[in-house]
Amino acid sequence: MSRRRDDRLTWETFSEGLWRENPVFVMLLGMCPVLAVTNSAVNALAMGLATTFVLVASGLLVSLLARYIPRQVRIATYIVIIATFVTLIDYSIQAISLDLYNALGAFIQLIVVNCIILGRAEAYASRNRPLKAVVNAAGMGAGFTFALLCLGGVRELLGAGSLFGFDLFGPNFQPWVVMVLPPGGFLVLGGWLLLFDWMKQRGRETEPLPRGETVHGR
Amino acid sequence: MNAPTLQPRTPATAMLVVLGGIAMLSGLLVVLAAQLTAPLIAENQREAIERALVKVIPGSVTYRRYKVEEGRLLPAGEADDDILYAGYDDRGRLLGIAARAAAQGYADMIYLLYGYDPGCECIRGIQVLKLAETPGLGDKITKDPDFLKNFEALDARLDAAGTALLNPIVTVKHGSKRNPWEIDAISGATISSRAVGKALNRSAQKLLPAIRPLLLQIHRLEEKG
Repeated sequence: MSRRRDDRLTWETFSEGLWRENPVFVMLLGMCPVLAVTNSAVNALAMGLATTFVLVASGLLVSLLARYIPRQVRIATYIVIIATFVTLIDYSIQAISLDLYNALGAFIQLIVVNCIILGRAEAYASRNRPLKAVVNAAGMGAGFTFALLCLGGVRELLGAGSLFGFDLFGPNFQPWVVMVLPPGGFLVLGGWLLLFDWMKQRGRETEPLPRGETVHGR
Repeated sequence: MNAPTLQPRTPATAMLVVLGGIAMLSGLLVVLAAQLTAPLIAENQREAIERALVKVIPGSVTYRRYKVEEGRLLPAGEADDDILYAGYDDRGRLLGIAARAAAQGYADMIYLLYGYDPGCECIRGIQVLKLAETPGLGDKITKDPDFLKNFEALDARLDAAGTALLNPIVTVKHGSKRNPWEIDAISGATISSRAVGKALNRSAQKLLPAIRPLLLQIHRLEEKG
C-alpha cells in the first residue's frame, strides 16, 4: 500500500529539489562550484545547466540499469556513467563558446565529483523508476541552478556593476571587487543562507507543518 | 564449497559484465561526442584567432600562416604549433606579423597573441588568448585602457647586429614608464603585467632576429591560382 503511494509522481517529486531540499541552500552540497564559478551570472547559469544535464542524464541511466548493477560495483558504475555525461557536456560547451569554456575552467570536469550527482544516483535514481528519477533530478538541477544564479547575480551586480554582462550603473560605479573574488563567494553565500533560514523560520511559525514533513535542526 | 555467508555472493562474472558493458557504452558516447564536436571546436578556435589578429595587426584583412625552420620561411600546415601569422591589407601589402607568446602569470600560464609592425619596428597590439588570472585584478591586463595603451607602439628595434632587441622589453612599476620599450604595470596586477612583459620579451628576442632577413619574402601577398 505504502509502496504504491511512494511510486506516485507528484509536484513534490520536482519541487523538493527546488525548495525544501535545495541542494545548495538546504543540503549545502556541491559547495566547490557554488563558490568558485559564481563570479558572474552567465557563468552561474552555464554551470547550473551543465550540472542539470548531468544530473538528469545520469539519473535516467542509473534508474534504468539499477536492477542489473551488482551492489559491490555500483559506486564505480555510477561514477563511470557520470563521468561520461560530464565529458559530453565538456565537449558541447567547447563547441558552443570557447570564452565560456575558458571562464568555467576546470569546474566542468569537476562536475564528476560533485556530491549532489552521486548522492542523487545512489539515494534516489537507483531506487525509483526512470520517470520519477528524471523529474526529481530535473528539480534538483533547477534548484542548483537557481542557487547559483542567486549567488552569481548578486556577485556580478556588486563586483562588476553589471548583470548578464549588461552594464547597469554606468561608468561612475566603483566596483566592489572583493565580491567577484573568492571571499565574496563566502560573503554572499552566507547572506543567502541567512535569508533562507529566516524565511523558513517564519514559515514554520505561521503555518502548521504539512503532512509528512520532517523538521531538521530545530 | 565455502561456508555459507550471510549475503548471497555476486559472481565475479556479473560484475565484470556490468562494468565492461558500462565502460564500452561510455567509450562509445565519448567518441561520438568528440567526433561530432571536433569541427565546431576547430572552427571556434580559428574564429578566436582571427578576431585577435584583426586587433593586433590593425587594418589587416587577409592572413597567411608561416613557420620559421632553420632560417627559412615555410608555409605552416594545420597541425603545426609554433607558427606566425602575416597580415595583409586589401591591396596585398604586408602590415604586420603576429605570433603567440606565453609566460607564467599569477594563477596559470598567460597565452597571448602580439602584432609586430616592421614599419615602425614596434609592437602594435596584444590580445590575451587564454588566462586564469584573478577576476577584477589580474584579468585587467585584457581590458585596462591605460595598460593597453602601452602596446600602441611598444619599441622593439633590433640592435646593430640584428641578433637581439636593442632594448629588452621590460615591465616597470606603475607610473614609472619613461622609455618606449617599457610597459607600465597595472597597480594591483603587477605579477600579471610582468608576465606580459616577460612573454613579449622572450618571444620577440627569438622571433624578430629570425624573421627580419625573411621579411622581403613575404612583404607582398602573392596571388595564388
